[in-house]
Amino acid sequence: MSATSWAWLVLLLPLLGSLVVSLGFRAIPARAAGVLGTASVGLAFAAAVAVLVSLLGEEPEARHHASSLYEYASAGGLEVELGIYVDQLSTLMILVVSGVSTLIHLYSLGYMRSDEGYHRFFSYLNFFVFSMLLLVLAGNFVLLIVGWAFVGFASYALISFWYRRTTATRAGMKAFVINVVGDIGLVLAAFLIFQQLGSFEYGAVFERAPEAFERGEWTVTAICLLLLLGAFAKSAQIPFHTWLPDAMEGPTPVSSLIHAATMVTAGVYLIARTNVLFYLAPTAADIAAFAGLATLLVAGTIALAMTDLKRAIAYSTMSQIGYMIMGVAIGAYSAGLFHLMTHAFFKALLFMTAGSIISAMANRQDIDRMSGFWRAMRFTSIMFVIGGLALAAFPLTSGFFSKDSILAFAEARGGIYFWMAIGGYVGALLTALYTFRLIFRVLPGKPCAEAQHLIDTGELYHGEPQNPASGEREDTEVGFPGAEHQIAEHSKPMAVAMAALAAGALLAGLVQVPGVTNVLFGFLEPAFHDSPLAAIHPSVAHEWRGLAIGAVISVGGIGLAWLLWGARPQLPAAFRARLRPVYLLAVDKWYFDEAIDLLVVRPALAIGRFADRSFERLVVDGIVSGTAETVRGAGGIVRLVQSGFVRGYALLVIAGFAGLALYFLIVSQ
Amino acid sequence: MSIEWYIVLSSLLFATGAVGILIRRSPVVILLCLELMLNAGNLALIAFSRMLGNEEGQVFALVVMVVAACEVVVGLGLIVAIFRRRLPLDVDALRELRG
Amino acid sequence: MVPVLFFGAALGALGGAVGVIATRNPFYGVLALIVHLVSLAVLFLLLSAAFLAAAQVVVYAGAVIVLYVFVVAYIGGGEESAWEPIPGQRLLAPLLGLALLVELAIAVLASSLLALGTDGPDVGPGFGDPASIGTLLLEKFLIPFEASSILLLLAAVGAVVLAGRRRDGDAGTPSERFAREERPPSGDSSPTQHRRVASEEGVPVAPSRGTTS
Repeated sequence: MSATSWAWLVLLLPLLGSLVVSLGFRAIPARAAGVLGTASVGLAFAAAVAVLVSLLGEEPEARHHASSLYEYASAGGLEVELGIYVDQLSTLMILVVSGVSTLIHLYSLGYMRSDEGYHRFFSYLNFFVFSMLLLVLAGNFVLLIVGWAFVGFASYALISFWYRRTTATRAGMKAFVINVVGDIGLVLAAFLIFQQLGSFEYGAVFERAPEAFERGEWTVTAICLLLLLGAFAKSAQIPFHTWLPDAMEGPTPVSSLIHAATMVTAGVYLIARTNVLFYLAPTAADIAAFAGLATLLVAGTIALAMTDLKRAIAYSTMSQIGYMIMGVAIGAYSAGLFHLMTHAFFKALLFMTAGSIISAMANRQDIDRMSGFWRAMRFTSIMFVIGGLALAAFPLTSGFFSKDSILAFAEARGGIYFWMAIGGYVGALLTALYTFRLIFRVLPGKPCAEAQHLIDTGELYHGEPQNPASGEREDTEVGFPGAEHQIAEHSKPMAVAMAALAAGALLAGLVQVPGVTNVLFGFLEPAFHDSPLAAIHPSVAHEWRGLAIGAVISVGGIGLAWLLWGARPQLPAAFRARLRPVYLLAVDKWYFDEAIDLLVVRPALAIGRFADRSFERLVVDGIVSGTAETVRGAGGIVRLVQSGFVRGYALLVIAGFAGLALYFLIVSQ
Repeated sequence: MSIEWYIVLSSLLFATGAVGILIRRSPVVILLCLELMLNAGNLALIAFSRMLGNEEGQVFALVVMVVAACEVVVGLGLIVAIFRRRLPLDVDALRELRG
Repeated sequence: MVPVLFFGAALGALGGAVGVIATRNPFYGVLALIVHLVSLAVLFLLLSAAFLAAAQVVVYAGAVIVLYVFVVAYIGGGEESAWEPIPGQRLLAPLLGLALLVELAIAVLASSLLALGTDGPDVGPGFGDPASIGTLLLEKFLIPFEASSILLLLAAVGAVVLAGRRRDGDAGTPSERFAREERPPSGDSSPTQHRRVASEEGVPVAPSRGTTS
């Protein structure tokens, strides 16, 4: 089978899984639904591997294929096909997406076991995987937008999964609205592309663009800025990032799949895919890079102040995506994608461990209440440390190689980008700090009550079900989390999934050790060979220098974290008191939510109210009700004829006859 | 007397019958006025039949007579039924079919 | 001679017509109708329609009027109330009648059909004979003839059904009848009790109660 046939299979399997589970939810027992969902994504991963194998059997320059199922619009110069595009970039993405998704499905088999909405969960999760695969496999902008929109919907459905929680539904709406704002940008960009270049197909667009546009022309810059609108909304970059922390209302597997490994990387994929356009619009590319840098730093500071475990990890995601955006914006496509892959592993792992710990804490997420889990949950703690090390770019972990490959490229490009690299190293320090803050707060020390209960009885502490954010009481029926919680120590599927990801987090970097192995970049580079930027290669020596700096920062950061939160726990409190404004800025998330509320939400609501009072009530209601009243009035008048009086009817008949006779008399003259 | 006279007479009788239907309220009287109109029509038919020298008009008038007889039979049957049910014999009172 | 007969018959017809629409008592109306019908028979004779004149007297003045007489006798002469519920009816009716008359008159008198001004073609003595009418009925107009006989049958059956002897269960307005059906019939003479008692005793039961009218 050709690569494209396998690719269609990759797309089809999760869709089938979703349909079967959702349509058969009455017939299929719970356990089977989960296994079915996991199997469909697992088979999709196998098919993705087959795509890879098939591609590897070809010449590097020939590894790009487009395949179309049918043409669904052909009118007036517009041709849109249901087509996919398989090349190195999309292959990497489908491998990462399907692989990590399989592991997360496996984790969910255990984690969501007692939830009443089990079938719905797997159906939505499969649908999400299908949408993401559609997004990365799409061969034209229209299908990309379709996948983009489906992913947005799936994210909304999954964030609001526990739909009886008001906080969850509000968070789902917030995510969806901000995503839609990004969708507008993407759609407008697609329109502009069509107008300027006459096609939606990737092949045609990227071929015609360098001839059609001058470098720096305003049209292509506008296109790229609109694309960035979409990318930033989806990837939670400043200023469209406010939905991501709230999205932690969703179940932990959702956070780990969507908001760490896959959906939020869609923006990175977009910029990498349209690299030809971004090369032609350096202004837009620089704006993207700066936004990425800003997000990286701001999110890092906020993560230092967060006390909710999942939200802290969410800000970490935001920060790492900032790295990736910065990477692909400055031309380090392969490096950015390398970091995407390793980040998928260790971030998903971190969320999984967070899920395990939160289960042990009877669904409470406040790190102020957590301590001593090293003794209570050994396996989970080890996984946590592995993930943390990878995130903090500890030497020889996967994060180490990937993060520094981006920064080395930035340095090598020089000029302003050198300063971006410096910013990146500062961010790396922050990363190490906040990661190990979490680790040193939660793991060592005297076990908290829940941990102690676990140590003593080997069973989970049973608390009253409540909303972790607001503390409201809940029950455990459908729409709320289930009655039992699962931890990795007690659940085989969870443990296996976490172990697999841990292996990836530790070893995945080895595919791209500078000067030693060049597996990943060698595979990816031909996809970007059109871009002059990709020709910039930092020398091996430069790379090792960068790695060395990174190692120092990482170890130093971990040490500093040990100092602040391990050895001298009174220091952070002192800092908080001394630098109170800075602390407030961080803990209030730099007031972005408030700013958006003031600048966007309130004016929009005011406009809506005004429109309702003036236009809606007077004009629209006037027309509609007016029409109804007129018809009713006319009907009322006509009703008078139906008086029930026979003589009245006879009068009308004779009058009509007289009139008719008159007419004929006149006409016959 | 030329045929015109008969036709005009027929119209006069017809108009009289029509006015009668419109102003009387008893069903029996209305049926009587209906008879007037039918007979006016018959007169016109026979006058034209004479004018054309063709007896077909007379056959037509005969059939009209048959129909009128049937209609009277049924109408009077209705009136008897209404009377039997102790409903007022007044077309203005029988007006339940209204919009 | 002919004009005299014509005007006499015309006056009779008109007088009868006016009598029908004007008298309060329906019985007098029926009598006026008799006058009208007989005058019309005379007019038919003037138009050489002998058979039809005879049919008019026999069928109309004979059968139909008798029917009317019986019904009016059964019903009695009720007074009609003077109040007019339909606004404008009393005004519009004569006006419309007048309008109708004028239009029809104009249509006839101003018509370009010249034959209207004549007495008609010379017809032989057999015009309007029963023989010629009969021939037409049985040859050219056989189907209308048969159809009208079926119509008569239908009318007769319909009248019998409509005016048929009522049982007690048919009295009252439809809602009263419906309400009555809801409650089981009370009293010893209810059909079901009767039947039950009768079957216990082994006595055959009459299928209907024909005692009341």
